[in-house]
Amino acid sequence: MSARKRISIKNHTAEANLFARRVLIAFIGVVIMLLILFNNIYNLEVESYDKYKTKSNSNRIKVLPVAPNRGLIYDRNGVLLAENKPIYSLEVIPEDVKDIKEQLSAVSDLLDISEEKQEKVLKSLRSKRRFKPIEIHSRLSDQQVAIFSVHQHKFPGFFIDARLKRYYPFADLTTHSVGYVARINQRDNIKLEDKGIADNYKATRNIGKLGLEKYYEEMLHGSIGHQEVEINNQGRIIRTLNFTPPIPGKDLTLSLDIELQMIAKRALSGNRGSVVVMDPRTGEILAMYSNPSYDGNLFVHGISTKNYNKLRNSKDLPFINRSTQGLFPPASTIKPLIALTGLEEKMITPEFEIYDPGFYQLKGVDTKRRDWKKWGHGMVNLTKSLEQSCNIYYYDLAFKLGITRISTMMEKFGFGEYSGIDIHEERSGTMPSVEWKRARYNQQWYTGETLSVGIGQSYWTVTPIQLVNSISILVNKGEIRIPHLLKSTTETINTIVNNKVETETMTTDIVYEDKPPIVISEPKNWDYVLDGLHNTVQKRGATGYNAFKGSTYDAAGKTGSAQVANIKQDEKYDAATTSENQRDNAMFIAFAPYEAPEIVVAVAIENVAKGGGASNAAPVARQIMDQYFGDRVIVSKDSSRHPHHKNVYGEKHLSVH
Amino acid sequence: MRTSGQDHQKQRTILQRIHIDIPLLIGILSLMILGLFVVYSAGGQEFGIVIRQSIRLGIALVVMFAVAQIPPMAYQKWAVAMFIVGLLMLICVLLFGHVGKGAQRWLDLGFMKFQPSEVMKLVVPITIAWFLSQYDLPAKISHIVIAFILVLLPTLLIAKQPDLGTSLLIASSGIFVIFLAGASLRLIGVCVGLASAFAPILWFFLMQDYQKQRVLTFLNPEQDPLGSGYHIIQSKIAIGSGGIHGKGWLQGTQSQLEFLPERHTDFIFAVFSEEFGLIGVSILFAVYLAIVIRGLYIAINAQQAFTKLLAGSLTLTFFVYVFVNIGMVSGLLPVVGVPLPLVSYGGTSMVTLMAGFGMIMAISTNKRVHA
Repeated sequence: MSARKRISIKNHTAEANLFARRVLIAFIGVVIMLLILFNNIYNLEVESYDKYKTKSNSNRIKVLPVAPNRGLIYDRNGVLLAENKPIYSLEVIPEDVKDIKEQLSAVSDLLDISEEKQEKVLKSLRSKRRFKPIEIHSRLSDQQVAIFSVHQHKFPGFFIDARLKRYYPFADLTTHSVGYVARINQRDNIKLEDKGIADNYKATRNIGKLGLEKYYEEMLHGSIGHQEVEINNQGRIIRTLNFTPPIPGKDLTLSLDIELQMIAKRALSGNRGSVVVMDPRTGEILAMYSNPSYDGNLFVHGISTKNYNKLRNSKDLPFINRSTQGLFPPASTIKPLIALTGLEEKMITPEFEIYDPGFYQLKGVDTKRRDWKKWGHGMVNLTKSLEQSCNIYYYDLAFKLGITRISTMMEKFGFGEYSGIDIHEERSGTMPSVEWKRARYNQQWYTGETLSVGIGQSYWTVTPIQLVNSISILVNKGEIRIPHLLKSTTETINTIVNNKVETETMTTDIVYEDKPPIVISEPKNWDYVLDGLHNTVQKRGATGYNAFKGSTYDAAGKTGSAQVANIKQDEKYDAATTSENQRDNAMFIAFAPYEAPEIVVAVAIENVAKGGGASNAAPVARQIMDQYFGDRVIVSKDSSRHPHHKNVYGEKHLSVH
Repeated sequence: MRTSGQDHQKQRTILQRIHIDIPLLIGILSLMILGLFVVYSAGGQEFGIVIRQSIRLGIALVVMFAVAQIPPMAYQKWAVAMFIVGLLMLICVLLFGHVGKGAQRWLDLGFMKFQPSEVMKLVVPITIAWFLSQYDLPAKISHIVIAFILVLLPTLLIAKQPDLGTSLLIASSGIFVIFLAGASLRLIGVCVGLASAFAPILWFFLMQDYQKQRVLTFLNPEQDPLGSGYHIIQSKIAIGSGGIHGKGWLQGTQSQLEFLPERHTDFIFAVFSEEFGLIGVSILFAVYLAIVIRGLYIAINAQQAFTKLLAGSLTLTFFVYVFVNIGMVSGLLPVVGVPLPLVSYGGTSMVTLMAGFGMIMAISTNKRVHA
């Protein structure tokens, strides 16, 4: 022990020096290691700052899409046809509830929620995050909402969520025109992708599927908004950082008058058919109703298979919009247009007369074509041919004209072509011609068929919208307006000024470009034909007289009755349903007032029980016009031409009823 | 001795008598206060966690103060006994130990749980310092080999628990003594080389799957971003997004929004750098460096070989804590469970560390008495 102690004392200085050297080395090591650490931190915080800043932000910031409110749809008088109605759902955030089972059954007793739904909620508790709301009841009644609101304080964690859902207050009355929205499906998604607007639909659940809702989808939808939120590692939203509000869709104001629409439905009184009302001055469609219809709201909520099949399998074919998709032989309603063609081609003059013995027979052909009046109309000129709807006159005229001249002229009036109305559900019908028949059936054209075309039959099919359009062209004396439903759009512009949302609205009228007019060589020919139509309604004993007896406005029109009617032209003849389907179709076209037409009406009714256009379709047009003109009294300059109101001239309002 | 010298000595006696080294204490306290702020931010801004940490810090300070009162030469007498008891306890842990977090580290004494490896953090440097200081320095090769074996025994027992972080700290505390005792650098090189050769054995026979996973994750954290790589990726994002000035106290999104795991314990440095940036990190480094410098200064000025070696080793081991923790949090080293000394939330290792500082203070204040 003592020896060792001595040695240690002896070497004390050397030891201290050695130790000091080692400490120095260690200290240098410490400094080097600190520099390595510092260098690494420097790289992270300075050199790679941007990279990690971005990563940090993408960790915490999530951009949530916010769906824009869909534009509303109004009728021409500002009546709402499509609105966004809040629907209420009861939801619960599990982590905010102490005893969820007990609370759930208490709230269920209060609101009468089924055991089934409760169990479903309890089941989903396990799989869902505790801070995410779970839906208990998806569509609460107003009463349930009221009851819950009163008792809400007793149920922390339970709350009512309101979502907007499309609602059509007039239900079936507007389905064929306004259409409906429904859940976006896979096909819609593909279409949206193709158009490159899928991003705009990230928060949107429904999309226009029919009618105007489909046609003006992009206008109605608006632009998506974004909410930038900060989230934690579990995805819980901590706070909102930034909010770009969505731009709501444009509101649409239609040319439709919902009251006329109601009258149209009532006037059709359950018959299968269509009423279309157009303002010839502008092309605005005032009414367009197809019966039977169905409730578009069913599709918004997701239609049940049972209901869907009931509609799809219905013999009355409610899905078909007869106004634009129903194909009807135009029958006698197009006689004025054939007459115009005859005048224009100089085959007839207003004074030209033929003798009608009750039948028409082609030379060298045995079959006799009968007039609807067995004993004939005697001597028939242009006016009488329209007043009495004389077939023989038109057989003769059609024979003289030949199919090519007829179809060329009729195509100018829009037959065989889409009318251009702003819904996608439209068929073009058929305007037969030699070329058409060759292309379609690879057969030659027969003269007999030309005769049938002369009275609006044979292969000729039209839609009511085409019919109303063609008559509008006639009353406009060749001016062509595009039929349309959209009148104006209203944009809501939200601007945030000093944290306050300021709302501005801007209404834009839609301008439709007219097609080039039909120019004829002798403008007086328009008047001859229109005069004939006036007589058809105003002359005692004419086919349209009875329906407009006592009307306070000066109407003109033309009846039509078509044999063999079936809107499903492509379907094979079915013997089982023949009895009903073989009944006549009743047609009627009308316009008023005669001297300055404001509306043109086309009515088509399928398979009427008895009678034809005069007794079935004309009264419908009458009711429409009565509604449209209301108290207005409009009479012709020449009172003798307007026997219903002989003693007044011009327009005046009846002060006393 | 001269009167003036005695007067001089009397002036110092107030602190000398209570065995407190003021510069060291200032460094320690500033880290502790800094730590409380970061713990508050990282722990969800609750005062409860700050209070609990304050109690721990208080206990640790009391322990430091108590240990500082023991004359350092007293350890020499008990070194062998403590070492043997320590080894026995480590064996007991392996045989009957309490399993926590997948590793056997705790010994349940009935009234309290006890972690023998923590005690060994102090016992190993004491024992090696005692052993080598009996002989002339620089130490002979034979002594150094024996010293290595003495280090290796507890290291392996602790690695077997498995507790890689602690075994690493214990190994380095022993090796620092050997290094400071003047072992030839070539020899240390050979030993480290042998240890490297030992690595495959460690990998295949001693390391648990989770430890292997940590190493693999360290080598390529992006490979498994949501699994074990998540810690490192999120930690680097936290540090990197702090920038020069930091996001501000309580404003760190990575920590406040809980993207960062183990925020208030092992990964507290990430929270600190996210909120205080490079400027804060520089200050933190400066404080750590000041403590290391003061510790090494005390070691150089210590009067005996034993106290020199012990103070030097404890100081350098303290730095190893800092290096390993910051290295792992910033992605330089694999994730091993080493806290940031005096800042991280947590008790056991803090008490051991402070006991170590108590020894250094005792060495600092006792030198004149034994001179």
